[in-house]
Amino acid sequence: MNAEELYRKLKEMQEPRGYFFNGDRERVNDILEGLLTNKERYGYMCCPCRLASGDRQKDKDIICPCAYRERDVAEYGSCYCNLYVSREWNEGKIPHAYVPERRPADRTPY
Amino acid sequence: MQPTVKAYTLSTCSHCKRAKELLKQLGVTFEYTDVDLLSGAERDAMIAEVKKYNPMCTFPTLLIGDKVIVGANEFAIRDALGVK
Repeated sequence: MNAEELYRKLKEMQEPRGYFFNGDRERVNDILEGLLTNKERYGYMCCPCRLASGDRQKDKDIICPCAYRERDVAEYGSCYCNLYVSREWNEGKIPHAYVPERRPADRTPY
Repeated sequence: MQPTVKAYTLSTCSHCKRAKELLKQLGVTFEYTDVDLLSGAERDAMIAEVKKYNPMCTFPTLLIGDKVIVGANEFAIRDALGVK
């Protein structure tokens, strides 16, 4: 699968749930390429903005879409990576603030 | 004189890419380490090093002189470098 196919597949799946891709296509493409790299490297699409352990069980909460996306999009209008955003974020109605890491330190396997 | 700049990054991370691009665009000399490309003891040592500056061990973590900047925060990066 290439980034373009992944884009189409995820868009179709995620938009009806209220999660939109960042309107910056270049950023989105970079992140999707990162996901594909991780899929090849680890066997699952681990968040490209976080350091994977390589153990699927330990990385379970950061397999995209991560367990923190819902709360991050609700609070900041964007997930940690700026891949999935709300409609309002894309429309510039809310500031594009830095999304801090929500993953608890004790979930980090390093 | 430009402060010493060091970046701890991930090869797959778009925030890291933006931070590297900003430093290049500003003409800054810097070294970086893509921690996800390391393995074994080298990786463990690098993670321990990142945690000294940023206990959350998130990426990018930038050292600009004696300042630690977490994330591709353009304002903070420019401020630490003393450029507008």
